Amino acid sequence: MAVTAEAKLDARKLRADFPIFEQEIHGKPLAYLDSAASSQKPRYMLDAMTEFYETSYANIHRGVYDLGERATEAYEGAREKARAFINAESTREVIFTRNVTAALNLVAYAWGLDNLEPGDVVLVTEMEHHSNFVPWQYIAGRTGAQFLAIPVDHEGELQLDELDSLASRGRLKVVACTYVSNSLGTVNPVERLTAWAHAQGAIMVVDAAQAAPHRPVDVQALGCDFFGFTGHKMCGPTGIGVLWGRRELLEEMAPFELGGHMIRKVTLDHTTWNELPAKFEAGTAPIAEAVGLGAAIDYVGEVGLEALERYEQELLDYARPRLADVPGVKLFGPSAGQRAGIVSFAVEGVHPHDVAQILDWDGVAVRAGHHCNQPLMSKLGVPATTRASFYLYTLPEEIDRLVEGLHKVRKTFA
Amino acid sequence: MSEMDNLYREVILDHYKNPRGHGVIEGADVEAEGMNPLCGDEVSIFVCFDGDKIEDVKFRGRGCAISQAATSMLMEMVKGRTAQEVAALDREELLEEVGIPLTPIRLKCALLGLGVLKLALHKGKGTPLPNEWAGLAEDLELR
Repeated sequence: MAVTAEAKLDARKLRADFPIFEQEIHGKPLAYLDSAASSQKPRYMLDAMTEFYETSYANIHRGVYDLGERATEAYEGAREKARAFINAESTREVIFTRNVTAALNLVAYAWGLDNLEPGDVVLVTEMEHHSNFVPWQYIAGRTGAQFLAIPVDHEGELQLDELDSLASRGRLKVVACTYVSNSLGTVNPVERLTAWAHAQGAIMVVDAAQAAPHRPVDVQALGCDFFGFTGHKMCGPTGIGVLWGRRELLEEMAPFELGGHMIRKVTLDHTTWNELPAKFEAGTAPIAEAVGLGAAIDYVGEVGLEALERYEQELLDYARPRLADVPGVKLFGPSAGQRAGIVSFAVEGVHPHDVAQILDWDGVAVRAGHHCNQPLMSKLGVPATTRASFYLYTLPEEIDRLVEGLHKVRKTFA
Repeated sequence: MSEMDNLYREVILDHYKNPRGHGVIEGADVEAEGMNPLCGDEVSIFVCFDGDKIEDVKFRGRGCAISQAATSMLMEMVKGRTAQEVAALDREELLEEVGIPLTPIRLKCALLGLGVLKLALHKGKGTPLPNEWAGLAEDLELR
């Protein structure tokens, strides 16, 4: 592997591990400031997938031949890496899914349909990504449960003083909350919310899509009941994510998708389900993608999640005052406290798509839109924002180029 | 001229900053609105007819420079023409006026206003919505 464990992260060195940065965009080096949408891929991970396809590929779990056994070992080895990565107790609790959306849909359908009824309350937050919002809104509607959201204050923090009044509206059954806001970078007090949810007799569902790639996570320390993260935001491939669930809940849940591999015995009259985690992994799994995720976990583990978290904090501290200094630029999200390497902003009088388009001509890639947070955007009073997000390969001079680009945006629209 | 200068050429910025036919017509004969869910561009169009002729037309909206400038240009293009003529207006005619190369994503921004206007004419005068608008109308959430 091209990286070595170091206390301090060397982004310049790590950057050389990513082939995508070898190209220029519109004649400029690529400043990729959209890692919250999806991260770029290190050679180490790409090679691991290629090598697996070239030397060890077959379908898993059924083949009695050597190749099938090796493929199964590689797939299950990735599961063990994912288990260790989030400090789960057992690999039986680690279910491979397509992404976090699929993981959260699994919980909403398989747990929600059988456990929610009129009089119950499903509580999400105003800053949820649609993937932890829409499935719960839908399943609440199907079951007659009330769907409520913890409001967000003007700084982009959850208004926790509203909790008890929200809970008093019915029997609280589910709290679904993102660990880190994908739009604002707010780091939510998930541990505290989990304790509160449990005290109310509710389960706690954590969307860790923006947390797991950027900071150490530990499901046992959090104490939550379900926890989802995805490979493509942490140097892994698309098409592979993880749902971790508390074993006793997963055991008593009905299956979600049905078909091959998730069964134990099938007759014309009746089918019984396989053991965990197979019960929730119907059909041919994303085998090479799991191998890629395993390699990505090795890679970010080698970089060091603590070092990564610190480095992104430094980048954020570098970026925020410089962006705020650009006339007409308004920053969203918490100005202090726990934040991730994400900064959302508006440029007065200029639509985010125009901002992003002008930045693109300087090779600066940012996201413009509602970030799958439409309720949050309406709370902030904007149709969309421009968002820059950082990762282990982000350099301070890329933030300088973003700032220069914003001056150009201002000039163009002056 | 760089591609960027081309995309945000002076006339686009001028229409964006000083939109023509901007405003609301109280008591308009017909109005329609549309949204591009991708960018959050929004346009509402108000039409008054004199017979079949578009006597007055105004729009209001918010969104990216391309969507608002293209709608502003459209207002100048259609005032005084008949509903039937405008319903049959080829989108290329508007795109020529916009006069900049557009990616498929930005094309929807540029065509939002035309979609809303054709819907308004359809509501007011029963003019046909061309087939090509059917798909776009779904993308653009016209109502």
